[in-house]
Amino acid sequence: MQSILNFFSENIQLIYIVILSVFLGIEVIGRVPSVLHTPLMSGANAIHGVVIIGAIIVMGKAETNNYLALILGFLAVILGTLNVVGGFVVTDRMLEMFKSKSKSQKTSSK
Amino acid sequence: MGLNLLTICYLIGSVTFILGLKMLSNPASARRGNLIAASGMLIAIIGTIFLYEDNGNKLGNYAWIFSGLIIGSIIGTLSAKKVKMTSMPEMVSLFNGTGGACAALISIVEFDHLSKELAVNNSSEYVSSIQPTVLIIVLGLIIGSVSFAGSMIAWGKLNGKVKDFSFTGQNILNLILLAVALSAGAYLVINPTHSFLLYGILALALAYGVMFVMPIGGADMPVVISLLNSFTGVAAACGGFLYHNQVMITGGILVGAAGTLLTILMCKAMNRSLKNVLIGSFGGSAAAGSASKEHGAYKEISLSDAAMVMSYANKVMIVPGYGLAVAQAQHACHELEKVLNEKGVDVKYAIHPVAGRMPGHMNVLLAEADVSYEKLLEMEQANDEFKTTDVVLILGANDVVNPAAKNDPASPIYGMPILEVELAKNIIVNKRSMKPGYAGIENALFSRPKTSMLFGDAKKVLQDLLTEIKNV
Repeated sequence: MQSILNFFSENIQLIYIVILSVFLGIEVIGRVPSVLHTPLMSGANAIHGVVIIGAIIVMGKAETNNYLALILGFLAVILGTLNVVGGFVVTDRMLEMFKSKSKSQKTSSK
Repeated sequence: MGLNLLTICYLIGSVTFILGLKMLSNPASARRGNLIAASGMLIAIIGTIFLYEDNGNKLGNYAWIFSGLIIGSIIGTLSAKKVKMTSMPEMVSLFNGTGGACAALISIVEFDHLSKELAVNNSSEYVSSIQPTVLIIVLGLIIGSVSFAGSMIAWGKLNGKVKDFSFTGQNILNLILLAVALSAGAYLVINPTHSFLLYGILALALAYGVMFVMPIGGADMPVVISLLNSFTGVAAACGGFLYHNQVMITGGILVGAAGTLLTILMCKAMNRSLKNVLIGSFGGSAAAGSASKEHGAYKEISLSDAAMVMSYANKVMIVPGYGLAVAQAQHACHELEKVLNEKGVDVKYAIHPVAGRMPGHMNVLLAEADVSYEKLLEMEQANDEFKTTDVVLILGANDVVNPAAKNDPASPIYGMPILEVELAKNIIVNKRSMKPGYAGIENALFSRPKTSMLFGDAKKVLQDLLTEIKNV
């Protein structure tokens, strides 16, 4: 119990970040039109790929004779990169079509 | 110096994530928002590689890190570039799964690290000092593994490789699985020396992830993917606590919160509670109940008659659905729209918020086929225009036009807002067969006097319809 309380007081800044991020996350997408639900989900998917940073730290800290850490860390880096790169590219592909659409719309209305 | 610079990198990263999400919720700025978030991610990654210090030591193993990054980038870019627009949801699910797996692997390696130190020093003070870290590791492992296993099943279901599978008592078994995994986790936090338990927890969490998604029907997959998306966000935030890393926490929790809200918005559009989706009672029992009802009488229409009716209409409204996505008929659909336009027919699209496999999926598909943005009507606008519409052409949509949602309180979809196609003069429904839709509910619309059925694969029917219309 004591250790949990200590954890809270030691990490109070992080806990504030968590709480504020919860409200921010809700607030920021609150008025999203349904047209953008799929790209938004995909974009959010890419953003949680930030877990790659953890994978890089694991990998970079691994001792050169610790094969478990090296192999799992390596896998984690690959998977995390897949999440980040794949996520952003897929989202961009979806949104590219929306953009070309609004452009042609403008030219047709002129 | 290096560490201070890294803090600034992380600050930039966090701000770009928030800005990116904000801009993603507006059509005009969405693409820029995505790029901004991506560049923030790049800054955070590069900063971590070169500036991160662990007790004064810089990171090593650059060869491993860079080869991992390069392999991941190549596979990620290629698969993201090659995927068809209709299979986007699977792709999102797959990438979500890799993120979850990444979080779970981090937990395993970090725990291995801790247990090695425990073997050297197992004084009670040391044990109690690492308990919070173990708690975070266990949480990251469970959430990450559930998200990974669940996403893989969702991916398999969406591309048809995995079939729905459920049995009586499955919900209870699932709850037991989860409870055992959580209590094993709690036990490990209290006694971190029992390190083998971690692998037991991993197995249980993976099994739970599989069993959790297995019984949920295809129509609910978008909700499940969105939920798993927010799970992975929380798993990433667990990693943030592990390394006191602010950008991982902001990114992870932002997605966790936004993903949960998005999940709830989707459930609302279908008039279901999240609990209802998760327990999966809908796909199973409700479908069995209504499937026993007999079909009403329905009439078919020939291609040439359908072509005739549409060519002489003033206004045609197309209602696309899941069937259009499966048949990849979006281009044929746009062709039809152009040909009808040449004949002076006003063609518009009525888009239900949950039509297709994901909210907004239809907009993405039709945008791919170059359908003009202003022709896509949202549900409220469309419902206003049905009164003046001569022909409604329903392409593979079913539940979103089911009148039972309005007038049958016993129906599982009662209360869901629908496209009120019955206000139009004629309704032509294209379906592959009389089978009920994904929700497994009969649709009384098909036996209404105004309705005529045009059976067949959406793409083929549209192409045949095109030739007929050109001949009229």
